[in-house]
Amino acid sequence: MQHSRLNVLVIDENRIRAAIIEDGLRDAGYDHVTVIDNMHGLARRIADLNPDVIVIDLENPNRDMLESIFQLSRAVKRPIAMFVDKSDEASIEAAVEAGVSAYIVDGLKQERVRPILKMAISRFNAFSRLNRELEETRGELENRKVIDRAKGLLMRSRGLSEEEAYALLRRTAMNQNRKIVDIAQSLVTAASLLDPGGKE
Amino acid sequence: MTTRHAITAGFVPLLDSALLVVAREMGFAEEQGIDLTLLRERSWASIRDRLAVRHVDVAHILGPMPIAGNLGLNVPAPEMIVPMSLGLGGNAVTVSPALWQRMAENGATTDLDARANGAALRKAIDAQAGAPLRFAVVHPYSGHNYELRYWLAASDIDPDRDIEIVVLPPPDMGDALAEGVIDGYCAGEPWNTFGVLRRGAHLATVKAAIWRSSPEKVLGVNAKWGEANPEAMAALLVALHQASIWCARPDNHEALATLLAKPAYVGRDAELLLPALKGTLPVGGGEVRVVRDFFVPNAKAATFPWKSHALWFYTQMVRWRQIEHTAERQRIAAETYRPDIYRAALKHLGIAMPSASAKVEGALTVETPVGSSGALTLGPDGFFDGGRFDPDDLDAYIAAQSAG
Repeated sequence: MQHSRLNVLVIDENRIRAAIIEDGLRDAGYDHVTVIDNMHGLARRIADLNPDVIVIDLENPNRDMLESIFQLSRAVKRPIAMFVDKSDEASIEAAVEAGVSAYIVDGLKQERVRPILKMAISRFNAFSRLNRELEETRGELENRKVIDRAKGLLMRSRGLSEEEAYALLRRTAMNQNRKIVDIAQSLVTAASLLDPGGKE
Repeated sequence: MTTRHAITAGFVPLLDSALLVVAREMGFAEEQGIDLTLLRERSWASIRDRLAVRHVDVAHILGPMPIAGNLGLNVPAPEMIVPMSLGLGGNAVTVSPALWQRMAENGATTDLDARANGAALRKAIDAQAGAPLRFAVVHPYSGHNYELRYWLAASDIDPDRDIEIVVLPPPDMGDALAEGVIDGYCAGEPWNTFGVLRRGAHLATVKAAIWRSSPEKVLGVNAKWGEANPEAMAALLVALHQASIWCARPDNHEALATLLAKPAYVGRDAELLLPALKGTLPVGGGEVRVVRDFFVPNAKAATFPWKSHALWFYTQMVRWRQIEHTAERQRIAAETYRPDIYRAALKHLGIAMPSASAKVEGALTVETPVGSSGALTLGPDGFFDGGRFDPDDLDAYIAAQSAG
């Protein structure tokens, strides 16, 4: 493919995300892709690789170092922020929003590398979505555990059935305009304060 | 307070983010009707990007960066203004135990004296064979880069030939020093104290010794946001001013160190933050030194955005060949800092403020009362080599430095 000659470097301490980007690039026909997930000796390795395009996560604390070597070093071709093309504010915003930043060697046509940035943005977004869903699922599991413990407390202390215990939690939550899980958490906390040596 | 302002501010986890953190946490922002959201970033590049796409309205930022952005040196920066400084001083130069040993053999002492220890470094370099020493700074457009270079050059060390200067994230500097990747670094706090207490490093000198009462971080404001929200910006300056008074009180230092130590802010032990606040710095080998004006959050008009500070940063960009000097660029640099906005915002508080917008830097050898009220004192603000920077005679300063 025509873009296969571009030498693309992906810098990301998150190995899973780096792999997702790498896959995307290879699928799109970029064969010269290198991934660095360990920041040790980064400057030297960039000089050795001499990439045409660098994709890096926005939160990477090494970005100041990265930008300074472009500015100072004569050993490396001079990459510049992809965002120099101010007319493309939408894609700047999309990139920052997604948490990705890209640098290209000066002189390289923006059209040749725009697909790389687009791909990186969409993969970064997909990755965050995945993470968010994972965290939500984790959160839901945690919530269910707290509610189960609160139900258990009510069943034991007031002799309620499981259904009645849940109904009581729900009614209290509605009356106080709070979430069931918050009521359950208050109950569990209060119980542990009253009975620090207890099982619950 | 009827009007409410929502402001998002970016910051980097460093000691001098204190004014923004305190404005939020101690209720000074709330008092001004501001919902202040703080967004923590791990690089200055990221601060710049978020300012550019307006994820943040304002930010804790390196003093030279808004100037570099306005000069087109640092993309994708938005047009920016600096209506306030976030304190004076706060940095130090830290060196490895091995380099300190060699400097000490050549006359360096633990009193942090910039002249004596610079001369000792010069001799240590002369005596050394092999690869040049490598020092790290935090950013090319930083007070750290410029003060380190100023100190080296005035100590007869060419920062580009006799030594190598690289950029590293400050949290990595202590380890890089311990691993021998670098021999020294110039950074803000808590990273020098961290290097000394946790990585066995030594302080060679401090920013306050190289240039007393010198500029460091500022409040960088997206100019479009500032134009569209003058009331919010003014309210924020008042909140930050109150925060600067709170930060300066010695009886608040413990509380401030504890507050900044929280994971949401600097996220490092309070014992690493307290020395800089108190001005009693561990310098290595178990010794502690009292440093006058190490970090000044409020006194001496510490939050006033002097145009002479902006112009000094500009002269250093020229000196170290980051940009070529033109009258137009000089104008852009000077106009980035906005003492007029500062004055207008704080006028109603009745506090003593400088009446001039620029001053001759390095002219005050002692603390000097200024203004009619006498409530404000400035200086001393001397450069360690006796240098003076007169912003009205900028061309001569640039010419002298490029000849030197």
